[in-house]
Amino acid sequence: MMGKFSKIAGVAALTLGAAIAQASDTIKVGVLHSLSGTMAISETTLKDTVLMMVEDQNKKGGLLGKKLEAVVVDPASNWPLFAEKTRELLAKDKVDVIFGCWTSVSRKSVLPVVEELNGLLFYPVQYEGEESSKNVFYTGAAPNQQAIPAVDYLMDQGVKRWVLAGTDYVYPRTTNKILESYLKSKGVSDKDIMINYTPFGHSDWQTIVSDVKKFGSTGKKAAVVSTINGDANVPFYKELANQGVSAEDIPVVAFSVGEEELSGFDTKPLVGHLAAWNYFMSAESDANDEFIDKWHAFTKNDERVTNDPMEATYIGFKMWTAAVEKAGSVDVDKVRSNMYGLEVPNLTGGTAVMNTNHHLSKPVLIGEIQEDGQFDIVWKTDSEVKGDAWTDFLPESKNLVSDWKSLDCGNYNTATKVCAGSQVAAE
Amino acid sequence: MKLFKTLLLCTFALGNVFTAHANDGECQKHLQSYNQSIESNTNYQSDFNELVCRLVDASYQEKETLINSIVASENNKALLIIESLKSADLFYNKKNGDVVTRKKLENGKYQATSILSNEVLGEFKKRTLRKVGINNNLRRTINGLVAELQISSNDVSLRESAAAELLKSAEISALPLLEKALIKEENEKIKEILLTARALIYLQSDDQLARIEAIKFLDGSLYTETRNGLHAFLNRAKQENNGYAKVEVQLAQKTLDDINELMKLNGVLENVYFGVALGAVLLLAAIGLAITFGVMGVINMAHGEMIMLGAYTTFVIQQLMPNNIGLSLVVAVPAAFLVSGLVGVLIERSVIRHLYGRPLETLLATFGISLVLQQAVRSIFGPLNQDVQTPDWMAGTFTVNAGLELTFNRLYIIIFSLLVLAALAVVLKKTLFGLQMRAVTMNRPMASSMGIKTGWVDALTFGLGSGIAGIAGVALSQLTNVGPNLGQQYIIDSFMVVVFGGVGNLWGTLVGAMSLGIANKIFEPMAGAVLAKIIVLVAIILFIQKRPRGLFALKGRSVED
Repeated sequence: MMGKFSKIAGVAALTLGAAIAQASDTIKVGVLHSLSGTMAISETTLKDTVLMMVEDQNKKGGLLGKKLEAVVVDPASNWPLFAEKTRELLAKDKVDVIFGCWTSVSRKSVLPVVEELNGLLFYPVQYEGEESSKNVFYTGAAPNQQAIPAVDYLMDQGVKRWVLAGTDYVYPRTTNKILESYLKSKGVSDKDIMINYTPFGHSDWQTIVSDVKKFGSTGKKAAVVSTINGDANVPFYKELANQGVSAEDIPVVAFSVGEEELSGFDTKPLVGHLAAWNYFMSAESDANDEFIDKWHAFTKNDERVTNDPMEATYIGFKMWTAAVEKAGSVDVDKVRSNMYGLEVPNLTGGTAVMNTNHHLSKPVLIGEIQEDGQFDIVWKTDSEVKGDAWTDFLPESKNLVSDWKSLDCGNYNTATKVCAGSQVAAE
Repeated sequence: MKLFKTLLLCTFALGNVFTAHANDGECQKHLQSYNQSIESNTNYQSDFNELVCRLVDASYQEKETLINSIVASENNKALLIIESLKSADLFYNKKNGDVVTRKKLENGKYQATSILSNEVLGEFKKRTLRKVGINNNLRRTINGLVAELQISSNDVSLRESAAAELLKSAEISALPLLEKALIKEENEKIKEILLTARALIYLQSDDQLARIEAIKFLDGSLYTETRNGLHAFLNRAKQENNGYAKVEVQLAQKTLDDINELMKLNGVLENVYFGVALGAVLLLAAIGLAITFGVMGVINMAHGEMIMLGAYTTFVIQQLMPNNIGLSLVVAVPAAFLVSGLVGVLIERSVIRHLYGRPLETLLATFGISLVLQQAVRSIFGPLNQDVQTPDWMAGTFTVNAGLELTFNRLYIIIFSLLVLAALAVVLKKTLFGLQMRAVTMNRPMASSMGIKTGWVDALTFGLGSGIAGIAGVALSQLTNVGPNLGQQYIIDSFMVVVFGGVGNLWGTLVGAMSLGIANKIFEPMAGAVLAKIIVLVAIILFIQKRPRGLFALKGRSVED
């Protein structure tokens, strides 16, 4: 009886809701994540995260008295299509904000469109830095929030020789360039650094693992810093295990391997290898427990894992809603000026702060892979690390700073005192 | 009187506190006297239970001392506890700190059993029981401790891994243990490991004669640790003024150079093995295409998806028999052949047979089919990669000498690929179906007028090629990711092998696959993986210019059309 009644009430509320939605328009949230193609494996999760946050916000009564409405498009892992879909979202659907992109190429493809149409993009994935756009907020880690602390940790553990292994595209190449110059500044000599690139989806790691093994048998402790992307990691780790390289001998610290990636394979051979992120599902906090429970309820699956880009999406969404409330409007310029200095609690404890260079201050964690595909946090920075848009370890970007509040510039050269605009890349 | 009453009340209250603790959990009980001793700053004798309970909250450094004391206590549970800590089987109750092992129940909850009292503590949710953390340094410590305990074990394999562990650490403190083990040891291989470990320890000693003796012993030893030890020795000689004589430094340098010379030879052998292993993978991926493309002339862009279907069949079979991973792989071979073969026949009957003689349309149609199959798999299994387990007998290495180890999984795949090739050759040459197939390929109208149902032969041939691709999928599921995109990685390589080897020739496919594999592995150490692939591709383009029909061109009527 009660059930029936509530059902009727629910239907009534729904129709009422729809009626309201039609009468006074909704606030539209664009979701620009690949739902097919190679990146679907990672990006579908983020789409679901945004939908969960939207639903959650609507349960709380929406935003500025209006309901949120998610507009989901599928750029299908096709980089030029990302730009077209962005145009569609901004010009046709007139969304007020976009959450999206994963790979750096897709972000670079979207960039001119959001800048031209003055849109607002929240980008939730760790990336190579060297960028700061007026219309993009970067809630993932910059190199100094992931790569450099990880290298510091390994140095602490006595590592003297370094293998920088990566997939052959922009993120690993830039990150490795930064790391190489950082390692050299710490007194590591050329012959103690080995750099190796492999194509996307590389599956024959025999030679490379055997080279790593040789590199590690000169009496000094060696480690692999891996920017190997996506599922090429599985055969890489398998080959390591098969050739008898264990984490105790040569640890691998990865920047692209998280809980989601690990849920696809047998983690026994990986135990003890490391990853550096700003969030791990195993982090102990009430906020995290609540987030995980919500995620399990939303996906109706208790086995689903959470990961770092999800937390970045969560923080981005929370910040955007807070800024909208503060501004009392969804106007892009008003929201942007209200973003600076906003604080949102991290899921791992502490607070994330949005800086005027459009990057977050977040803690950095190092985790060791466990048998159950989770990470055990073995190290954590003492305080939050401020994301640096332009790295200090490359000569071409050393003098660049980004400050959209006081300088109104994402690419200001402190030596020549010229603003080059956000589009100019460091190369 | 009043005083007495207060006192009584006090004891009563204290008693209450104690009973409350007893309800909370055994570890809180065990830790009581420890906590009190910390508060009052008094010394006291730690007991075993308390050491174990302290693991829960300890930092990694504290854990190391705790583990050492746990082993030193010689309690009969010590080995069990540190081994379950290492294998990540040790948990604690988040609410009261009890140290437990867990077992998954039917209802998704976990049953916790106290490791100290073996008492079943009830059912818990997954997140209530947390793992007792461990890092790489601790793992190393535990490995060392376990090795010390197991070097006197009766089990040869345990002794061997213990010896290898002692060789790795080569700490002076382990010397007495080593000497003791050496006296008893009868297994030659373990003896050699132990002697090498002893030499490495002597290399660190202050006695010059012992050092020289050690260097002499290490001559020709191919263990990684030997090179590490000699490098470390030379570094010490360079940096410190610790009275190393010139003679011994020179001797060490020469020994190291000799070893490196031997390792170079090993490296060449290893590279050839890698090349053959890669060739075997290429061969497996290409054999099926050698039939559909090579024999039938169908440019089959969906070939990769047949491989993928085989890999997914392996996954499904493993899900059906989760306790028999090894056997499931054997069952998967015929199953994958059937699944991919049936899909192949279906595709041939429904699409390809209408398109014979129109290569461009066939190409487009099969490309479309490949997209359909990918998306179908994505819809059924989801976009994530599936976890296909590797059976234990496929892990590990086959030791040729201490410096050259061949991975078992690749070895099996080399053998498997040759078996598949041989089986296919037999089918083609010795069976009626093979005869009909060859007849249809060579002269269709003639074969047809001899009463061969050419339509069905076409369908079965396509099915055979697809089925073999499915078998390749079983093997590849052990090497790479099982996901919707699995097939796309192999389609280009497969075409390359078939074109290079000569269309329509199985031997050509074998030779083509092996030479591409080895060429790739020869270039890779010099040029890197990306460039090696490009070099091979350019070489093939040049080769095809010279010999458009590949290595082994087929002679006969079919060549002319």
